[in-house]
Amino acid sequence: MRTSDIVIVGGGPAGLAAAVAAFDRGVKDLLILDREDTPGGILRQCIHNGFGLHKLGQELTGPEYAAHYVEEVKNRGIPVMSETMVTGISPELVVTAANKSGILKIQAKAVILAMGCRERPRGALNICGTRPAGIYSAGTAQKLVNCEGYLVGKKVVILGSGDIGLIMARRMTLEGAKVEAVCEILPYSGGLKRNIVQCLEDYDIPLYLSTTVREIHGRERLEGVTIAQVDEKRQSVPGTERFIPCDTLLLSCGLIPENELTRGAGVAMDRRTGGACVDQFRQTSLPGIYACGNVLQVHDLVDYVSDEAEIAGRAAADRVLGKAPAGETVETVPGNGVRYVLPQRVVKTGDEVDLFLRVTRPFGKSRFTVKAGEEVLASAVRPAVSPGEMEKIRVPAGKLNAAGGPITVSLEEMV
Amino acid sequence: MKYDVVIAGCGVVGAMTAREFSRYDLKVCVLEKENDVSMGASRANSGIIHGGYDPVPGTLKAEMNILGVPLLYEAAKDLSVPFKQNGSMVCAFGKEEEGAIRALYERGLANGVEGLRVLTGDEARELEPNLSKALTLALLVPTGGIISPYELTVAAMGNAMDNGADLKLNFEVAAVARTEEGFTVSSAAGETVTGRIFINAAGGFSDRVAEMAGDCDFAIIPRAGEYMILDKEAGDTVSRTIFQVPTKDGKGILVCPTVHGNLLTGPTALPVGDPESRETTPAGLEKVAFLAKKSVPGVDFSKVITSFSGVRSSVASGDFIIRASETVPGLIHLAAIDSPGLTSCVAIARRAVELAADCGIALTPKANWDGTRPDPDAFRRMTDEEKDACIKERPDYGHIICRCEGVSEGEIRDAIRRNPGARDVDGVKRRVRAGMGRCQGGFCAPYVMRLISEETGIPMVEVTKSGKGSRMITGGRIGEEADQ
Repeated sequence: MRTSDIVIVGGGPAGLAAAVAAFDRGVKDLLILDREDTPGGILRQCIHNGFGLHKLGQELTGPEYAAHYVEEVKNRGIPVMSETMVTGISPELVVTAANKSGILKIQAKAVILAMGCRERPRGALNICGTRPAGIYSAGTAQKLVNCEGYLVGKKVVILGSGDIGLIMARRMTLEGAKVEAVCEILPYSGGLKRNIVQCLEDYDIPLYLSTTVREIHGRERLEGVTIAQVDEKRQSVPGTERFIPCDTLLLSCGLIPENELTRGAGVAMDRRTGGACVDQFRQTSLPGIYACGNVLQVHDLVDYVSDEAEIAGRAAADRVLGKAPAGETVETVPGNGVRYVLPQRVVKTGDEVDLFLRVTRPFGKSRFTVKAGEEVLASAVRPAVSPGEMEKIRVPAGKLNAAGGPITVSLEEMV
Repeated sequence: MKYDVVIAGCGVVGAMTAREFSRYDLKVCVLEKENDVSMGASRANSGIIHGGYDPVPGTLKAEMNILGVPLLYEAAKDLSVPFKQNGSMVCAFGKEEEGAIRALYERGLANGVEGLRVLTGDEARELEPNLSKALTLALLVPTGGIISPYELTVAAMGNAMDNGADLKLNFEVAAVARTEEGFTVSSAAGETVTGRIFINAAGGFSDRVAEMAGDCDFAIIPRAGEYMILDKEAGDTVSRTIFQVPTKDGKGILVCPTVHGNLLTGPTALPVGDPESRETTPAGLEKVAFLAKKSVPGVDFSKVITSFSGVRSSVASGDFIIRASETVPGLIHLAAIDSPGLTSCVAIARRAVELAADCGIALTPKANWDGTRPDPDAFRRMTDEEKDACIKERPDYGHIICRCEGVSEGEIRDAIRRNPGARDVDGVKRRVRAGMGRCQGGFCAPYVMRLISEETGIPMVEVTKSGKGSRMITGGRIGEEADQ
């Protein structure tokens, strides 16, 4: 059987950054398996700018950001096997993959999962009505427009104000389509503020909050949608229904980590994140299997994906080099106002640990408190928090070792 | 073009009838108004092989159902269509419905259904632990099964074509003229075919086609059934098909696994004016969820991956219409084929051949007829070693296009090349499930479009989701004038 010290599943931003970090940590025998024909992942279709400010100190487009890491991978001579789909990972770290030359099996010493995420489809939203052509997830439309060169439609309604939806509102407009509206079922947008300004307001595209698409019309191609306002329970408010003629509906209603392989391997999952349960080194419940990037938790910026991938890459390398940290572990628990905390467990190494979390709804000025039992390990104040922005709280070195029980992170709104 | 047998409609009945006729030295043609086969009731139904306990003894439904079960299992095997004899269970909740269970048991015995058993609630829950605690009595039907209805239709028509039958897509019957030699059938677009025998298998439009052919004494009553399909993660909620006690509207809401491992719930039974209605409604889907939970409270509707609606065609009598016209020689009606039509399709097709023989068609068996069809899923059933060997022959089998269902480029190309070739995105989905998984085509749709375009020569901007009018791209090629 073919062998490789570390096999990285996915050649998007997470996989590339993890490979570079593992190499720089001292493991040279790496292999990236990627299902697309060239590495870079979803970034390749994100031709807008806004990438890299945090990580690379410059504002880049998606393909430019990807190109930076592809270059880094190339410079280190790390092989990327393209058009190669991993079909299985065993707990013994045997990776099975298929490509045009056949089925390959690779025995690894560590595996890094970096498969990314996918968009929530119409079916999962369960919108009633007909099933015509013209309903796309925003990312699919983005691929057709930016990579294939086809404008999917001319008169567009977008459901969901996630960043891809906002970006596509601008993109479709620039290519000559008319974007009639962006509807968001929540009373607030999940997208970045800058995208609301630069993609909607600058183009006079209305954003309707607490509004959703109730019905889809048209037999062959989409002919229009009925939108309606919703109450706090997301039920339609009678009398607010409105028909908007359109030939295209783009859905930007959330991203779901793509964890078929993870589940197949038998890795313990977190229902809240949709990704694996990991420790602060991004090691899953199966020793030697690491996860990072959007397959683990959906990030706000690709820069943070790269950061997380570096954690996983270094840790996987340490394991291969026999330097894996050991110690007692404690669980983390989301408390009041907190939807999830990652890592889900912490190895007590004596070092500082960063906890990442998302809140359950928007709050004003808030204080986060990290506690083990009654002991406060860390606290942080934020001027405002929203589910659209991931929070990071650092637990200082030494503090954790005293923690006897589970670590709870909770939020208190300061009035 | 002159044919011996012309069949209007390529649902499961039309396709299976074409296959039965293809056994003989006859020229057979099927006319289908859509861009693909299996676009009416055969596209969206429960996919159940019914045991035969439900139809009233003495009806055509009872006769065809009982004859049909073993014939369908045999045809499915020959055609490599996925099916499973998973057994069914009809559930009663309380005293009133228990009487209905006993009546169904008696009716099943009268119809000749084998292996029927009445179970107590506890016995039923022992077999199906997720059944409701409120269930008090159940009828176990071991001969019941599940099958993929559209894959059966595709395979039946494909096999008929492999044996010489013709298929004309986008041929909407607009006129049927009786001639000395038989019939001349014209399409809305002006194309004509002639046949000695004309078989009306036009589903929701069979009353209109009957009228065109000059003998119509029935009116189709279309009834919509809404369904929800759940992710494979919920696929093992039940292993048998779980029915409730039938009502006048049909067999009620069922919960069952599909042959591909998803969980299916539905249908409602709402009369609709339009036999082509595909609309799901908030009330319909709510009803499905509510009633499904009555049998199986643990159905997790947060795992829904898609919902759909299909129309079945009934008539007032409630029975099938399978007969040669008494006034128009050579005209045969196969109409009002609602449930258990799928179960009965091979029996109905054989009856159609007998009726044609009665009309004077000579049945000379073909020496080289082959009723088998290679398994489109053969690749995914292979061991890794076999797959490796296969990819060496056909490298495109190693290129996975649909991530959710693991469908390769090779399988998609085959679906476009094999009879009856897929011509649109949904056609590929029905044949090899690319786009049928949890992302519902989010990743693979652009690749599938490209492969259709490459294989058929249809330009990218003309590729459709599901035939005429349903173009995937309406904004044109970027940099060129958008087409109107």
